[in-house]
Amino acid sequence: MSVTYIEAIHQAQLDLLRSREDVFLYGQDIGAFGGAFKATKGLQEEFPERVLDSPISEDAMVGMAIGAAISGMRPIVEMQFADFSSIAFNQIVNHAGTHFYRTGVPVPITVRLPCGGTPGSGPFHSQMVEALYGHYPGIVVVTPATVSDAYHLLKASVELNDPVVFCEHKFLYRWLKAARISEETLPLGRARISRPGKHATVVTYSAMVHEAVRAANRLAEEGWEIEVVDLRTIKPLDMDTVLASVARTGRLLALGEAFPWGGVTAEIVSRVVAEGFHLLDAAPLRLNARDTPIPYHPDLWAAHRPTPESIVEKLRELLNL
Amino acid sequence: MPYNPSMSSAPNSALSPTSGSGIDADLMRRTLQAMITSRTLENKLSSLYKAGKIVGGVYLGKGQEAFSASLGCCLDQDQDIFAPLIRDQAGRTAFGEELIDATRTYLGSALGPMKGRDGNIHRGRPAERRPAMISHLGTSVSIVAGMLMARRMKKELDGVVGATCVGDGATSTGSFHEGLNLAAVEKLPMVILIADNQFAYSTPRSRQFACESLLDRALGYGVGAVEIDGTDLGACLQGIQTAVELARSGHGPQVVVGKLLRLCGHGEHDDGNYVPSELRQSELGRDCLDLGIQKVIDLGYATQTEISGWQDEAAERVQEAVAQAQTEPKPDPFKEDWRAFSEEGME
Repeated sequence: MSVTYIEAIHQAQLDLLRSREDVFLYGQDIGAFGGAFKATKGLQEEFPERVLDSPISEDAMVGMAIGAAISGMRPIVEMQFADFSSIAFNQIVNHAGTHFYRTGVPVPITVRLPCGGTPGSGPFHSQMVEALYGHYPGIVVVTPATVSDAYHLLKASVELNDPVVFCEHKFLYRWLKAARISEETLPLGRARISRPGKHATVVTYSAMVHEAVRAANRLAEEGWEIEVVDLRTIKPLDMDTVLASVARTGRLLALGEAFPWGGVTAEIVSRVVAEGFHLLDAAPLRLNARDTPIPYHPDLWAAHRPTPESIVEKLRELLNL
Repeated sequence: MPYNPSMSSAPNSALSPTSGSGIDADLMRRTLQAMITSRTLENKLSSLYKAGKIVGGVYLGKGQEAFSASLGCCLDQDQDIFAPLIRDQAGRTAFGEELIDATRTYLGSALGPMKGRDGNIHRGRPAERRPAMISHLGTSVSIVAGMLMARRMKKELDGVVGATCVGDGATSTGSFHEGLNLAAVEKLPMVILIADNQFAYSTPRSRQFACESLLDRALGYGVGAVEIDGTDLGACLQGIQTAVELARSGHGPQVVVGKLLRLCGHGEHDDGNYVPSELRQSELGRDCLDLGIQKVIDLGYATQTEISGWQDEAAERVQEAVAQAQTEPKPDPFKEDWRAFSEEGME
């Protein structure tokens, strides 16, 4: 028996619906159809009044969720793809994100964003949008990389009294399996050392954690010990864990699947330089996707985002090899 | 769509002498009182702005008081939801907002509902079913829809109506369209007021939409709709009371289009000189407050002396609310908690 990443998300929603009467799900095709990725399969059958199909109206979907949240509910909104959250951007950043500061009334909504690339998905079904939401005040941004985190962080997101953008990576949906969902977990907001090391630190999140571990395994054959930090959430950003790792290794590669201008990797490098300059033995490096729209063709797509090969190459540069 | 008896296209005719004759005297008196209070407050806010006492913008609802206050008075303050927009001081007052909430927010008192974190008409008490608007037009429609859907899921929807107001310009936004469509799909007990006040800031209707009447749009959404003379207190109360009753009794969302003219600029920084004088002098440009007073007197619902008393009382209450807010502490940047999250450790 094993559990996939998408099954963990399904299980978290099922458990939340069963344990909390204030939780409901809202999104396109999530009812009888079970969602584009089957994250809600069968849930409407058990909870016909709390698993609702929405019109193709991302702005109104999130607006509705905000209204419901300030009236005592805990909505989980499923964007069919993270890319389409651009239509809901205004409601997320200007309405949900400002609400507690302006009025003192919190907005406990969770917006699920199936993000990241899969071969053949093209420019509008592949994007990483976490940096956009992290930029705005008042929004928690969660980026799980493991099956257990997909489960526990989704539950923690819904329990949180503030708006959460939950970035779940589509590439991991069915590919990533675990023997079971672990009983124990770290709290939301704490990063994890995915792979210990002492020669360099890769700070990353979401699907890139696995690419970084692959790269680290290759370099391990040559005797290099690379530490991989999985941020788990990019807001809050666990700088304690990042700086402690850089203190051990003296070298930093910030890795992400998003576009290169600004973003999470730039934030990591900026903070490490400002807060831990004395810890660094070399200039920190960044590796991101390319600065073009995400191409359709699988061969182009694979070369657009970081790969174990390009990560190894970047790490060699970092290690002065 | 199925035939909806509330769908009618009333031409914008001369003020009907009989409009409002079926309206309860107490309801009409309360509505007029809210209109008077609102106009008195807004005149004062305009003076304060021009004297440099208010920082930022001042946005008035002059000319829209009958339309807005009628909604506030037709809703049930104890259970309904009201999401006003920038020209709804009269509706806010009619729905029970204290004057001090307005003056504190405009004058930047730390004791106001927004604590100086947001200003002017961006205020509300969401926990008391009065959402605080954001500047992005049309966004309130889905917010109210969500507040109603929460009540439906909690089995607390019975008898509740949610209402919001927009202008003709807001009907061009995607947010308005998405929200109204969602409310229609869910058949929610909602009332959506569209103040068709001829201009969105300086842009005339002809550059905003191509349909003759915004009423035509309701057909596409599958909701009930009515167009009324927004300058006529009697017509406003009749049309809006009917819409609220239809929504409350399970007939789904109801759109009420009020034909009127904004009798001020977009904000007090704007003199509105783009409004042609013919339009100002047309029936649309009549002052709903003058007409409302005349209507109440003609119907025998109040005397001129009584109304003068209401005006004096409003002036006194406005003066008190302004004076109190002006003496209160302003927000202190050194004591501000600067927290955008309700939970600890999320920054």
